[in-house]
Amino acid sequence: MANPVLVVLQQREGGLHRMSREAIAAGQSVAETLGGSVEAVLLGEGLDAAVEEVSAFALAKFHVVEHEALASYTPGAYVGALVEVVDAVQPSVVVLPHTYQTVDFLGLLAQRVDAALVPEVTGFESADDGLLWERPVLGGKLTSKVAVRGGASVLVSVQSGSFSADGARSGEAPVERFALSADPEPDRELLGTEEVGGDQVDLSQAGMIVAVGRGIGDGEKMSVAEDLAEALGAELAASRPVIDNGWLPRDRQIGSSGQTVSPKLYVALGISGAIQHLVGMKGSKTVVAINRDPNAPIFSVADYGYVGDLHEFTPAFTTALREAADS
Amino acid sequence: MRIAVCIKQVPDTEARLRLRRDERWIDEEDVPFVINESDEYALEEALQLAEASEGEVVVFTLGPERAKEALRKALAVGADRAVHLRDDALEGGDASTTGAALARAIEREECDLVLTGSQSDDVGFGATGGVIAGHLGWPHAWLVMGVEVEEEGTARVVREMESGVNEIVRLRLPAVLEIQAGLNHPRYASLRGIMQAKKKELSEVGASDLDLAPEATGAAGALTEVVSVGFPESGEGAEILEGDAEVAARQLVERLRREAKVL
Repeated sequence: MANPVLVVLQQREGGLHRMSREAIAAGQSVAETLGGSVEAVLLGEGLDAAVEEVSAFALAKFHVVEHEALASYTPGAYVGALVEVVDAVQPSVVVLPHTYQTVDFLGLLAQRVDAALVPEVTGFESADDGLLWERPVLGGKLTSKVAVRGGASVLVSVQSGSFSADGARSGEAPVERFALSADPEPDRELLGTEEVGGDQVDLSQAGMIVAVGRGIGDGEKMSVAEDLAEALGAELAASRPVIDNGWLPRDRQIGSSGQTVSPKLYVALGISGAIQHLVGMKGSKTVVAINRDPNAPIFSVADYGYVGDLHEFTPAFTTALREAADS
Repeated sequence: MRIAVCIKQVPDTEARLRLRRDERWIDEEDVPFVINESDEYALEEALQLAEASEGEVVVFTLGPERAKEALRKALAVGADRAVHLRDDALEGGDASTTGAALARAIEREECDLVLTGSQSDDVGFGATGGVIAGHLGWPHAWLVMGVEVEEEGTARVVREMESGVNEIVRLRLPAVLEIQAGLNHPRYASLRGIMQAKKKELSEVGASDLDLAPEATGAAGALTEVVSVGFPESGEGAEILEGDAEVAARQLVERLRREAKVL
């Protein structure tokens, strides 16, 4: 019997982080390939709502670690607790969501449990002696495949949008309260938080997004995109060149240096589809791309495309939507 | 205060990249190498902290002979000394082996604070700082946007979080801080700095100096191995809607309603 796959879930103030569900989907997929069971662990305090939500997924065991020292995240306390859980479960693979919080403690956890480490995984494939993990290198210009040597256990953090949360199988997860043998020791004191640059837009929860790229040509011509966004009830966003030109505020940037989104509809207007942009939106359910260049890489991740001038197509799309809504 | 700064020399990602013949990495011939971006910010932060405390900045790198160029540049902008972890046995590892080797080298120099960039622009694990912290038994923080050393042997640290919020935390020192690009303005080397750098100490250490067995470090000791790299594949491709804009737009709305069911 293969060792289990352990999924480390993330929560904030008792609410499950969106990417926790993607991590469950990834863990289930890995276990299906390797032939082991899937277990999950959640750390924190006051977790009732999150526990109820997670217990409806198909998991062999769901370890819940509640302790006042875990109420807010610190790497020292979290890693201390996770080392105990990893020692007890003996997983072959530990799957974590690739969030800022995970990256903060991942190196430390790998050092403590002496496991191999493969961050920012976007997929995997079977090889003769285990799995090959795919991850971007050199700013996403290349994809690398990484093998783990000698049957070592491995920590992998999965990039947002690489595994669909909808793919997480539901079922029943027996909840096991995990008793720590030592009190977790926070290694930093939380003094507070501060907003960066005023109002911020969280696009990660948006159901529909209209994103504008360099192909818009001019900041003065943004109204075609605004009209479409209004007709759809969508948020307006952009790729980096549009933001750098000051045509939209920086908090609406999608991509590796901006936000990562997974709406049900993503409309890309005049976006060529550099990998730095694609990593931020490829988790979208349905992608529509409008571009003049038939070879633009955006068409390779799109479901529907139109090759032509966005300034002609976008108003026609807006009109067709309004007509359909009236009919 | 003696501040260690760990830097990495990386290929300039703006350069045109070609695959090496074995397709396990890029062909490094003709590719310009630079100091990793966030490491430059870490170095600047260290120089400012040292200036405020009459401290010393010791810069470390692990890499082949060409990495000396990165150390010389760091000395030219103001670092006091440099330590080059230069040994074929140390090469080709991952964040775990590199972090372990750097931690040993830092211990030898008895540093009070370690700064490094948050992520390398080539491999981009973002984990080396955490590994160093684990080996030293010090607290650490990733994605640091501000550092203030306090009198009580602590540091007030601003950390970047997702969706435009910074978190402010207090850590006890010594600590490892992984600096995010953008928190300061890295200075340029002056001509005088470049001349002075030639006289500054640049020492080399190897695996044996760090008590690391050759089979436990570098490529031999790493638990991970890159088996191939390639340019990302393109997907299946979109269904391209034909006709003029009005016809295609009506078709699109129909598809989004009936096929994709997103409207």
